[in-house]
Amino acid sequence: MIPTHWFLILSAILFTIGVCGVLTRKNGITIFMCIELMVNAVNLTFVAYARQFHQLHGLIFVFFVMAIAAAEAAVGLAIFISLFHHRHTIDVDEANLMRW
Amino acid sequence: MNWNDMIYILPEVILTIGASAMLLVPVTGGRGAKLSAKWMMIILLAITAGALIYCSHAVENIDQSRQLQAMFALDGFSIFFKLLFIGAIAMLVMLSEDFLAEGKYSPWEYYSLLGFALCGMMFMASGVHLITIYIGLELLSLSSYILAGFYKSELKSTEAAMKYFILGAVSSAILLYGISLIYGVCGSLNLLDIAAAMSTIVTNDALMFGIMLLGAGLCFKIAAVPFHVWTPDVYEGAPTPIAAFLSTGSKAAAFAIFARIFYTGLHDFHLEWNYVLATISALSMIIGNLAAITQDNVKRMLGYSSIAHAGYVLLGVISLNALGLRGILMYSVVYVFANLGIWATVLMLRRHQYAGERVDDFEGLSRRSPLWAFAMVIFLLSLGGIPPTAGFIGKYFLFAAAVQAGFGWLAVIAVLMSAVSMFYYLRLVVAMYLREGVEAEFAITTPLRIVAGICLVVTLALGIVPSSLIDQAVLSSSHVAAHAALTPHAGR
Repeated sequence: MIPTHWFLILSAILFTIGVCGVLTRKNGITIFMCIELMVNAVNLTFVAYARQFHQLHGLIFVFFVMAIAAAEAAVGLAIFISLFHHRHTIDVDEANLMRW
Repeated sequence: MNWNDMIYILPEVILTIGASAMLLVPVTGGRGAKLSAKWMMIILLAITAGALIYCSHAVENIDQSRQLQAMFALDGFSIFFKLLFIGAIAMLVMLSEDFLAEGKYSPWEYYSLLGFALCGMMFMASGVHLITIYIGLELLSLSSYILAGFYKSELKSTEAAMKYFILGAVSSAILLYGISLIYGVCGSLNLLDIAAAMSTIVTNDALMFGIMLLGAGLCFKIAAVPFHVWTPDVYEGAPTPIAAFLSTGSKAAAFAIFARIFYTGLHDFHLEWNYVLATISALSMIIGNLAAITQDNVKRMLGYSSIAHAGYVLLGVISLNALGLRGILMYSVVYVFANLGIWATVLMLRRHQYAGERVDDFEGLSRRSPLWAFAMVIFLLSLGGIPPTAGFIGKYFLFAAAVQAGFGWLAVIAVLMSAVSMFYYLRLVVAMYLREGVEAEFAITTPLRIVAGICLVVTLALGIVPSSLIDQAVLSSSHVAAHAALTPHAGR
């Protein structure tokens, strides 16, 4: 059996890639994909722990997270479309109407 | 589980069905158009509140340990917050009328989204399991993202929604990673089981990392300082009633889960996280208050002021004693009412059809509406924590809790920063009383008057006769206090 910490290392790497993507990318959709990567890295952690504990809680949480991520995608894409109508771009650096 | 257990979530079930039905009304064609969305929402909120009170009496006779397999608690703490949320949403419904009267947007969608957000807040208040808390939080957040961008034709509103969405989604992912690490170390997602598991663990890097990530995610939701950048932009861009919602109801819900998670679940690792949270609290108070001074836009100013208030409430979490928990409960009430009063004023003042967002718009208010200006002064004093108002009582409890827990230096910073906050609150008072304004127009409508009246009465009454609120807070916090061993931990 593959030891749990291998999964954890993989999910930590995936999560970090996601964070780096969010910080460096400019396109709204790409940023959103990186967020999904972070969420899925977390799902991997849950599944790995649930397998280690022989428990259902972690697995059930993953289903909820996936459902919520889908809802989040719907809301997020709607917001990006709305932004595209105004700006004809979804580059987040262009969103600079409000600055202190 | 059986059907009798459903009584715990009866108010939420009613609210969900009602909000979904409201979403469907425009689809039915002309028949629904005759109904008033506002009154339907008010009736729905009244039924929900009635069901909540009925259920809270009914469950007293049922064994408390069977709380829906320990996922959902209907205890004093959650009932206290739920009633506050329902009250806040009811007032927001009244504040929203003018915004919706422009007729460009469907009031049914707007109110049903507010209903879903309220449902999320109620689940947050009751959640004693990280799944429940997370789902409630996301339900609130997703509804808020849409509401922040509700002014679709305004670029500002869309931009605010986009910023809120991206930062909110990232913070949710971070929070989730924290939850997964805590689950991995403790083997459970129930807060009581987590607390039980933690009492046997000495120190664990994965657990510390998990707590820090969870704390970071929560700090984003209450807008504490390193995670606060979204607040002023979102408050400025979002439609004004929604900014009011984000700074009152939504924020109080985040305070509720903050208190529940740290008091019930993580109290054994108090010594590890309290200094981190103390730093965050100090930074929130300092940066929030100092940045608010330079703002000319009242919505942004209130945004920074709400960052500072998140810092004050964190005092109650850090101190981890009975006084602190009561302080959080009381401050949430006090803060919601004072803030809603100020937002009602912002909505009332108009400049060429837009809400009065600038400090200049307040000029000369005392001459044109002395009573309203007086109410505004009371709200501002309450936010600043000056004695005859309710704000003083809330702040007194939080600061006393911090001193009792040995965080005297933090209490000193809090007091100093409250003094700084009076500076920008008084700027508005000066504008109202000492300047003559010509430009701003008025739109005092009955709903606004009712909201401001309720807020004024509550703020003054709780300030002059605080015993009822204190008694209620003591009673409501006793359940959470019974779970968490609230005596200071003599070394672990």
